[in-house]
Formats: sequence, structure tokens, C-alpha cells
Amino acid sequence: MEAFLESFLGMDLETVGKILVQMLQTSLVTLQLFFFTLLFSLPLGLVVALGRMSRFKPLQWLIRAYLLVMRGTPLMLQLIFFWFGLKLGKYGFSRMETAIVAFVLNYAAYFAEIYRAGIQGVPQGQREAANVLGFSKSQTFFRIVLPQLVKKILPPMGNEFMTLVKDTSLAQIIAVVEISALASKLQNAEVSIVPVFIAGVFYLIMNAVVSKCFSTAEKKLDYYK
Amino acid sequence: MAESVLSAENICKSFGQNEVLRGISFHVNQGEVLSIIGPSGSGKSTLLRCSTLLEKIDSGRIAYGDLLMAEGEKGGKAQYSAAPVLQQIRRKFGLVFQNFNLFPHFSVLRNITEAQIRVAKRSKEEAESVARELLQKVGLSEKENAYPCELSGGQQQRVAIARALAMDPDVLFFDEPTSALDPELTGEILKVIRGLAEEHMTMVVVTHEMAFARDVSDRVIFMDGGLIVEEGDPREVIENPKSERTKAFLARFHQV
Ligand SMILES: Nc1ncnc2c1ncn2[C@@H]1O[C@H](COP(=O)(O)OP(=O)(O)OP(=O)(O)O)[C@@H](O)[C@H]1O
Ligand SMILES: [Mg+2]
Repeated sequence: MEAFLESFLGMDLETVGKILVQMLQTSLVTLQLFFFTLLFSLPLGLVVALGRMSRFKPLQWLIRAYLLVMRGTPLMLQLIFFWFGLKLGKYGFSRMETAIVAFVLNYAAYFAEIYRAGIQGVPQGQREAANVLGFSKSQTFFRIVLPQLVKKILPPMGNEFMTLVKDTSLAQIIAVVEISALASKLQNAEVSIVPVFIAGVFYLIMNAVVSKCFSTAEKKLDYYK
Repeated sequence: MAESVLSAENICKSFGQNEVLRGISFHVNQGEVLSIIGPSGSGKSTLLRCSTLLEKIDSGRIAYGDLLMAEGEKGGKAQYSAAPVLQQIRRKFGLVFQNFNLFPHFSVLRNITEAQIRVAKRSKEEAESVARELLQKVGLSEKENAYPCELSGGQQQRVAIARALAMDPDVLFFDEPTSALDPELTGEILKVIRGLAEEHMTMVVVTHEMAFARDVSDRVIFMDGGLIVEEGDPREVIENPKSERTKAFLARFHQV
């Protein structure tokens, strides 16, 4: 059995074990990038969406320009721009932190558009009913609009989250050693496809978890229409 | 002379070039039921929306008791009172919408308690007891844990009425409360409104139900083209209209 596996994988199991441990450690980098991006871009996106819908024209235009640039150019170029162009490293940002900044700004743009569609999808009558009952603007937003918004945006948000899982691999362009970067390095060193395969499985598991979380959340919110 | 809850003088409102209200004056007395009838597009909803701060008037004057809502000369721009005054005014009225506008993510009970707790600052216990009392009144006691999507249109509208009543408004506005309902469900809503009229709840009802306007209201206003064409005793206006326009409008109802 062991011999079969070793010949199948083209390397001895001890090496496979070592690779696995190394890759699991590095997966933390990917997870960090994923979670920090969400932590900042989810609220930032909401602020951007509200700004985009503001009646103050200059702000609207500024945000439109931001959305166009962020969604209209590749994230990979944005990463290069932040590290090599703006040289954030000189201002004390690590490569990882620079990647987080670029990811947050990029994903906030996508989230903003999802939020905006969601906010506009909540019928005006809901706001009017709240207004007549005397709810303040912020009460109306947080108690009436936001909960309905969350339900509406879950499916497109799920897509973005899954894309983000895979997009984290782009950070290697500014030499953040995340799981894809490590996989391709090990692939060269060991002349084996096994590390790449492991990385693939890692992304798959992560996305399966994300997908499960979203379908659970959607079920939870299924109690109303 | 009964105490006036709401008085509106000469209110004008345009949407762009479209003059929707062209100088409307009316008042609502304590304890009376006022019906507003008129053809589609005559400005009935706009009048209610201006009275409930959902729309701003261009000129004229609106006051609730001694609280001034807005005032402005014709041709100028009506000045609205400061936000705290407007908030005080919002506590004076309730509005029941044509399409209910219940909060879909809240249970029936929470639909009725939320504003009591957040706006009127009542305790949860008090708000719930008020809500249960009102649910009983509109015949939906057993539905307090249901969600709006689980209710019929008529039931949703009854919850919406309870939600508005829970805030103890001085006057309750209805904008075609039965228009979104199947004909067999309009009766249950009209019955609730009739019950409220018997308790002398002050109400302003925009309606296409002529029989209801005639039998339940104390006064009827007929609007057309952004103006009040005729106003008075419901029987007089509906059975013996003086104006040609009122006659023409009512004739269409008698045909169907
Ligand atoms: N928000 C708005 N923007 C532009 N025009 C509007 C707006 N609301 C109403 N109007 C216009 O104002 C006029 C009067 O509308 P309103 O809804 O007050 O009539 P109504 O008497 O309630 O009619 P119905 O019986 O059909 O409900 C219509 O011509 C309508 O198109
Ligand atoms: Mg209307």
C-alpha cells in the first residue's frame, strides 16, 4: 500500500508529510488575507454604496471614478501598483499589509455595487412606513432596510466570497508567500505536481465551507419573503 | 364647534410642471371621519402624503393642533418647522397604505411593537400588551407569531391598522385601504374601520368605496384636478351632487 502510494505520488511519504505541514502553515497566510479583506471591505463597501447614492454630486462622481478603476482594471495590476508604484513598503507596510490594502479597496468596490442593488431592492414603501411611524433615519436603515438587504444580497455575496478565496493567490505577484506561491515553488523544487494538487484541495475545502455557510444563512432567513 | 386636529390652508404641490394640488384647504375635526373621493390622478394620495410628511408642499399652511408643520406664500417655498417639531407632529398621525407595507422580516407582534419601543419608548411588556389588545380588536389574536408573508392581504391590512393604532395617533389616514384586496376581503377591512368610527377615532379615508363613504363618514370631500370641487354631508354629496363634475364622476360608479 505504502509502496503503491509512493510510486503513485512519485515521492516518499515522509516528503509528502513535510510538504503537507509546510503548506498547512502557509494556508494561514491565505486565510489571513481572506478574513482581513472581508473584515475591512464589507463595512467599507457599505459606506461606499451610501456615498454612491448620496445626493451630493461631487461625492457621487468621485465614487463612480473609484468604482470604475477598481472594477475596470485587474486586481493583479492594482497589487503591483500599490507595492511597486505607491511603494507602500516605504511607509512601513509589509507585503501582506499592502496586499490587504489592495484587496480591501478592490473588494469594497464590488461589495458596494451589491449593497447598492440590495438597498434599491428594498421597496420605498418600507422606508415610508418607518418614516410615518417616527423611526429616525438610522433606525430605519439598521432595523428595517439592512435586515432585508442582507437577505437580498446573500447569493451575490456568496459568489464574491468564493472568488475572493481564489483571488488570494494573486498576492504572490508582490511576493506574499501564500499557498499557491508555495505550491508552485515546491513543484519546482520537488519536480512533482503533488503540492499543486494539495493547494487545489485546500481551495476546494475552503470554498465548500464558504458555500455551506451561505446556504445555511439563506435557509435561516427563509422564514420570510 | 369640535376641536380641529388638522388644518390645511391653500396647499399647492407640483411635480415638475405637473400641478397636482392647486390650493387645497381642509380641516379635520376631533372624532370625525372624513372621506376623500375623486377620480384617479386627482391628487388624493398626494394630499395624504403631504399631510403625513412623505411629500413636501410648495406653498400653503399645514398645522396639527397648535403645532405648525409648514407655511409658505404662494410662489415662494414653504418653510418647514424644525426637525423636533416635525417629529412631534409625526406622533400625531398614523397612515395605512394601500399595499400595507408591513415589515416582512418582523413577526406580526413585532410589527406592532417595534415603533412603540423604539419611538414611543414604551417597555417591551407594555408594547406587547398594547399590541395584543389591538390584535384582538382586529380579530387576529392567533396570528401574533406569524410573518406577514403567511397572511392574506386582508389580514396584513388589519395588522397595518393595528400597527398604526398602537402609536395612539390623533388622526389616522387611510389611502385606499381596500384597493389592493380581492373584493371578498374588502369587507373585513371596512368592518374594522367602521368599528373605529364607532369609537370616534378621527380618520381621513381616501376611498373608491362609495357606499362606505356614504354610510360611515361624517363628511365627504370630492377632489378633481388638484382642487376640492365639492364638500359636505356624505349623503348630500354622493346622492345629490351639486357640481357637474361630481355628478359625472359618481355616474361612473352607479353604472358598475
Ligand atoms: N412622486 C411623484 N412624482 C411625479 N409625479 C407624481 C408623483 N406622485 C404623484 N404624481 C402625479 O401626481 C398626480 C396625482 O397623483 P395621486 O397619486 O395623488 O392621485 P390619486 O388621486 O391618488 O389617484 P389614484 O386614485 O389613482 O390613487 C398624478 O398625475 C401623478 O402622476
Ligand atoms: Mg392614490
